[in-house]
Order: sequence, then structure tokens, then C-alpha cells
Amino acid sequence: MSARAPKRRGSTGRWARIGVHVVVVAIIVVWFVPTIGLFVSSLRPQAEAASSGWWMAFVRPIYTAQNYELALDQLQTASSLATSLAIAVPTTALVMFFSVLGSYALVRMRFAGRTALSLILVALLVTPPQITLVPLLRLYYMAGLSGTLPGIWLYQTGFTVPFGVFLLRGFIASIPEELYESAHLDGASELRIFRSIVLPLARPILASLGILAFLWSWNDLLIPLLFLGGSPLAPAITVNLSGLAAQTAQGRGPLMAATFLSVVVPLILVISMQRHFVRGILGGAVKG
Amino acid sequence: MARIPAYVPFLVVVGAIGIPILVYAALGIGERVLAHLPARLERRTRPWLWLGLPLVLVVVILVYPIVTTLGTSIMGARSETFVGLDNYRWAFSGTMLGIVGNNILWLVVYPIVTLILALAAAVLFDKVRYGPLAMSIVLLPTAISFTAGAVIWSEIYSFQPEGSPQIGLLNAILHLFGFAPVPWLIQPIVNNLALIFVAVWLHLGVATLILSAAIKNVGGDMVEAARLDGAGEFHIFASIILPNILPAVLVVLTTTLITSLKVFDIVYVMTNGNFGTDVIANRLYYELFAASNFGHASAIAVILLFAALPVALINVVQFRREAK
Repeated sequence: MSARAPKRRGSTGRWARIGVHVVVVAIIVVWFVPTIGLFVSSLRPQAEAASSGWWMAFVRPIYTAQNYELALDQLQTASSLATSLAIAVPTTALVMFFSVLGSYALVRMRFAGRTALSLILVALLVTPPQITLVPLLRLYYMAGLSGTLPGIWLYQTGFTVPFGVFLLRGFIASIPEELYESAHLDGASELRIFRSIVLPLARPILASLGILAFLWSWNDLLIPLLFLGGSPLAPAITVNLSGLAAQTAQGRGPLMAATFLSVVVPLILVISMQRHFVRGILGGAVKG
Repeated sequence: MARIPAYVPFLVVVGAIGIPILVYAALGIGERVLAHLPARLERRTRPWLWLGLPLVLVVVILVYPIVTTLGTSIMGARSETFVGLDNYRWAFSGTMLGIVGNNILWLVVYPIVTLILALAAAVLFDKVRYGPLAMSIVLLPTAISFTAGAVIWSEIYSFQPEGSPQIGLLNAILHLFGFAPVPWLIQPIVNNLALIFVAVWLHLGVATLILSAAIKNVGGDMVEAARLDGAGEFHIFASIILPNILPAVLVVLTTTLITSLKVFDIVYVMTNGNFGTDVIANRLYYELFAASNFGHASAIAVILLFAALPVALINVVQFRREAK
């Protein structure tokens, strides 16, 4: 950037600069406008929404909170958000906990089959979830896990732990050996080293893992759709939305409101913790 | 408002805090026991004490189901009779051919479009002052579920017959320029591409981030030297940057390949597989619940697994190389 060669290419250079701006602005518009459209649509009265596109709200600004009232009152949106939280919060905690346990043992302890185990975990990273469905539907039914929250935690945790171990592994391996040695000399037990050296040092990368685990859990449709049926709980928010999207009879406004509520939680998370989110994506860039 | 059974908050606390505390306590007890063992045995047993539970989770949720599905894929609908390769024959005949074809379309188009757009974004964002803002905006949809993305884009693709007001953004734009509206989700091929673009929109940020990080790692000196020699920007990109970021390109290709294989949410929500847009994962859902044919479901799941195998191998090889 510093030694930009100006003037040499004269007007071609200027046109190229303009071209760059055009492409970047186009990307910004296409990637930003749909979310704005969702928000504006969620605020428009049904009569308006049926007769004109959301952008007309800027010409004829008529807004209402009614869609949100309807979504919360009649579409179970609040209960669905609660169900999604009840799925995602424990899943996130369990993924973080079991991943740090697993990767600590895998990195620090020497045992036969250690390398093979690491390779198997790496191979499992890209397993399509579909391969697990037939046996697990049966197993869950027999074990009474169908339609229960712990069943969903179990699935999502088991599915995400290979990624968690993979993500944390490099980080834990980079903790200097001297720290462990001096702790050993002080007579610290394995558990104490884990608690007072590994856990505090791994906090940033654990935050990254936590964000990703929360997003995957909160945004998952397939598993709550399949395994949470027949429970007294409201469906997870994704499942609820997918059902509402199929019914075209109702006005779209309440669906827009429910959808906006469902994306607010992860959006706030990613915006407020973008640094951790980015580190997680870059550190674990292998999963589909 | 929310009607939540009273036991749920309690259950959540048990799951999020209780289980980790219990496991930690169990580790403590295990360590006490280990301390009384002979040193050799202690060293040998300890890894399994720590790895035990994470491994059990992975075995129950991944390893056991993979092995079992291989078995049920050569059994009948209720897994009671042996049918040999019948389910696989079914998977490559009749309506399934179109479905497999759609997945192949996803497998080709989605990675290529994502890669090209992400390369453009990664390179060009670097050249403008508002690049970081652009990156943040492209990252926003990565927080959004495929389900919500499908709802958002269903509105954008919305279609009304010619003459009625177009309330979908795309057809309104076409109308503005005097073109006839396009039934984006109904017209064959166009609808598949429209669905694929939703996935591009949702995950371009991840690909851009990975490529951008790789490009920043390419030595600035090399690029500067080439620039002083009078090399054009495109030449610099093709002969210096691109060869140096091939591992990152490979990551983008493999992750998007896997997404194309298992894509479900977008198709399920936007078309439910109608109008020739069905894909394997959506059909699998149908086989499980509407047709209750576990043989068919298992066979197409195994096909997905095998299609993912090359990527798993690439990752394993890459991992071994990095470990050295």
C-alpha cells in the first residue's frame, strides 16, 4: 500500500480504483440489505406488506409493533426462544468443558494410540450428521432420550467435541513446557495444573469455541426437528420458523418479526465478540 | 408470553454447571485412586481417565451410528430383512437421479461461486479504506441460521404474476428496468441456483476471512518488489498471491464441499424439494418420517459419508503434515 505507483498508468489506474469501489460497495449492499429488509418488513402493517415491497416503507413510513405482539402471543416465539436458549446454553458449556478435557489429555499425556486417536478425531470433523440419524433415532427412542433437552445436548456436544478438541489442541500445545515442569516441582497434581495453568491460559480460545458452539447449537434445525418432537416444550426457534414459513395463509409480518428475533441473539453475539469469533473461524478452518 | 415448564431452568443449570462440576469431582476421585497405583500403571491409566467421557460422547454420537448405518443400508425398510445392494440401486435410479444431480450441481456451483467471490472480496477489501467495515458486514450473515436466511431470501425471491405489484426485491428491480418477473423458486435450474446463492450469502464471510488472513501472510516485500518491476495488480495476484495461499483455497473448497453435501435447511424451508430442487439430505428426512424406510435413508446417508471421505482424507494428510 505504501509504495502505490501513481500516475504511471494514468487514467487506467483511476478507472481501476473506481472499479474496486464499485465491486466493494456492491458486496456491502448485497450483504447488508437483506437483513435491513427483514427488519423493516417486521415493522410494517399487514395491509401495507401485502400490496408493496418493504422499501416503500421509506416512502410511506407507516410502522407498527403489531407483528411482534402477534409473534410473541400466537406463534409461541417467546417460548421457542426459551427452548433454543435451553438447548444452546448447556450445549455450549458442555462442548467447552469436554473439549478442554480431551485436548489437554491428548496433547499432554503420552500413551499408545495417541496419534491414531488424533487422526480419527480429525477425520470425524467432516462427518455429515445424516449418517447418524437412523441408529440414533432408535437409540434415543429406546433410551427415552427422544423429546428431551438432555438428548439434544448429548447429540450436539458429541458432534462438536471433535472440533473443540481440534481447535484447542494447538493452543494447549503452545503452552510452554517450563510452566508444567515448575508446577510439577511444586508438587501440583494433574488436576491442579489443569485448573490453575491450562484453564486460565486457554480462556481466549475457549471463548472462541464457546461462540462457535453456541451459534451452531442455536442455528441448528435438523437435530431439534428430529429429536425434540413430542416434548412438552415449544419447538426450537429454527423449527418454529421452518413450520411458519411453510404456511403461506397468514400474513408474513409476524413471521418476519419472529425471524428477526431469532437472528438478534447471534448477531449481537458475533458483533460484540467479533475478535473471538474471527479467531475461532481461523483456528478451526476445516469444518464444513 | 413464554410458557416454559418449571423444571426447565433447573435442568439447564444442572446441564451447564452441574455436569461439569460432577465430572470434575469424579476426575478428582480418579486422580486420588491413581496416586495409589504403581507409577507405570498410573501413567498408563491417567489418559483414559481424562479422555474417557469425551471419547464416550464421540463414540455414541458418531462412531457407533456410522458403523450401524453401514449395516442398515443393506437391510430392508424396517431393518429386518437382508436386501443386499437394493437400496443403493434405488438411490441411483428414478427420481433419485434428479436428486443426486442436484447435489452435484451444489457441489460444483457452491464452492466455485464462494471461492471466486471470497477471493474478490479478500483482495479488494484490502484496497479500500472502509475494508474492515466491509469485512464486518460480510461476516454478519454468518451469525444467521440457514433457516432464517431461507426465510429472508424467500421474501427477496417472492414472485407475483406479471401485472401485479412485485413485493419481492429482485422482481421489483427487474420490473423497474422493464423486464418480466422471474419465478425464482419455481423455474428449473434457476431455482437451484437461487437456493445455492442463499448459502453463498450466509457463509461468504467465513471464506473471505480465511482467504484474507492467508493473503496478509504473503510477504509484502515480494509484492512490493513485483510492483516496482512494473507488474500489474492482476499479474501480482495470479503469480505471487494465489500460489502462496493455495492451502487456504483448499480449506475454502473442502468446507464448501461438505456444506453442499449436507445442505438441508435451505431446501427444506424454501421449496421443500419441490420444482426439481430436492437434495439428498431433504430426501433422507422424507424417507425417515414420511416413508419410514430406514434402508433407503441409511443408503443415501452412506452415500453422503463416502462423498465426504476424500475431504476427511485431505484433512488427515494436512493435519499430519502440520504436526511434523
